[in-house]
Amino acid sequence: MTAPLTAGANPFQDRETGRRLIARIGEKLDRLGATERKPVRLMEICGGHTHTIFRHGLSGVLPAGLEFLHGPGCPVCVLPMGRIDDCVAIAEDPRVIFTTFGDAMRVPGSKKSLMQAKADGADIRMVYSPLDALELARRNPDREVVFFGLGFETTMPSTALTVLKAEREGIANFSLFCNHITIIPTIRAVLDTPGMMVDGFIGPGHVSMVIGLKPYRFIASQYDRPLVVTGFEPLDVLQSVWMLLDQIDRGVVEIQNQYARVVPEEGNPQANAAIDAVFETRPFFEWRGLGSIDESGVAIRERFARFDAERRFAVRSPAVAEPDSCQCGGVLTGTVKPWQCPLFGGACTPESPVGALMVSSEGACAAYHQYGGLRKGAA
Amino acid sequence: MCLGIPGRIVAITDAEAMMATVDVSGVRRSVDVTCVAPKDGPLDGLVGRWTLVHVGFAMSLIDEEEAKATLAILHEIGEANAEIAAFAGEVA
Repeated sequence: MTAPLTAGANPFQDRETGRRLIARIGEKLDRLGATERKPVRLMEICGGHTHTIFRHGLSGVLPAGLEFLHGPGCPVCVLPMGRIDDCVAIAEDPRVIFTTFGDAMRVPGSKKSLMQAKADGADIRMVYSPLDALELARRNPDREVVFFGLGFETTMPSTALTVLKAEREGIANFSLFCNHITIIPTIRAVLDTPGMMVDGFIGPGHVSMVIGLKPYRFIASQYDRPLVVTGFEPLDVLQSVWMLLDQIDRGVVEIQNQYARVVPEEGNPQANAAIDAVFETRPFFEWRGLGSIDESGVAIRERFARFDAERRFAVRSPAVAEPDSCQCGGVLTGTVKPWQCPLFGGACTPESPVGALMVSSEGACAAYHQYGGLRKGAA
Repeated sequence: MCLGIPGRIVAITDAEAMMATVDVSGVRRSVDVTCVAPKDGPLDGLVGRWTLVHVGFAMSLIDEEEAKATLAILHEIGEANAEIAAFAGEVA
């Protein structure tokens, strides 16, 4: 049995195959008559793909007739300031140990980030897994341990299973501040954006591992756009670009799976069962830069109320206006490029982010800043 | 934060709590395997399997046959180009 993912050379990064794929993509673009002025525009929804595209310089090596649009699939990037303010308020309660993934530490709130709150004395701890937060609760029965749950369907099963574990063990001092969001309403919001320019979607790999392929079918049937679920190696992305161009070339619109080694067509039933058990759809959820999107977030079901930090602490979720001139919303929907934002690279940098897209390495602005320089045409 | 990392399940440590030890490039850690557990039967069948680990949870078993198939397709797309280029070269 071969083990393609063992240590050593990664066959999904093979340069020679990549070079040939790029040539094939070029042939397809020529056949389609795509040019720099009239490119085929593909949106990667997931921030992980944004990272792959920039880290491996894919934009720079592909023909000018192809343009990547960087979509709203980085959960850290779309967190509204009001929810960060809630995190800080909870974390500053002296009874609380507040736990979070490291990505969220630098996201600006209206007054401070979690990192600044930690510097000011709040007991905030970075964890690798929600299970680590649960372990902290076991070890500190006299403290309230709150886990900041965020992310799309990829991360939802892990927090749901952690809540179920807390219930089974009768752990009374653990709760979840739930900020999970769902991918399908997000894609629909992009598709409904006036001036939408997306010709096809590079579909998220790890969200799809949980939800499967069926939920995407409306994109083809109702919006006439193709989507290819895609892995995170550079050759995965190149193959998906080729598959999308091939669909456009053949005049078909389908939902395809490039990442079948990890993503089953039907998704993961155990993960979905855990999500359904613990969470229910919120009527709407506020997104940074995109505003309110119907049924785009989940909350903890009544049955698990005692594990819901939103009910256990006075969470206000204040509406906070975006910073002046911040163009995160336009960037997220593919209508504005990061370098077109007046704050980009000046008032807003990875060291001192104003907009959320400058925070995470999966955010389009941070990726442009780190890999693409500050100019137009860099990516 | 939504990326995972491939690792190999090397031992079931607590079947009741659905916990296993996973080796990721020589680093071992305890991982929850609820999402990849077989519907019926013991967890022991997972030992030796590759899995994608995300924030302490095994989220999907990695199908090595599918991985090979993807590589074959990638190779085929690349090779087809080489053949076309060679053919075009001959004609010219």
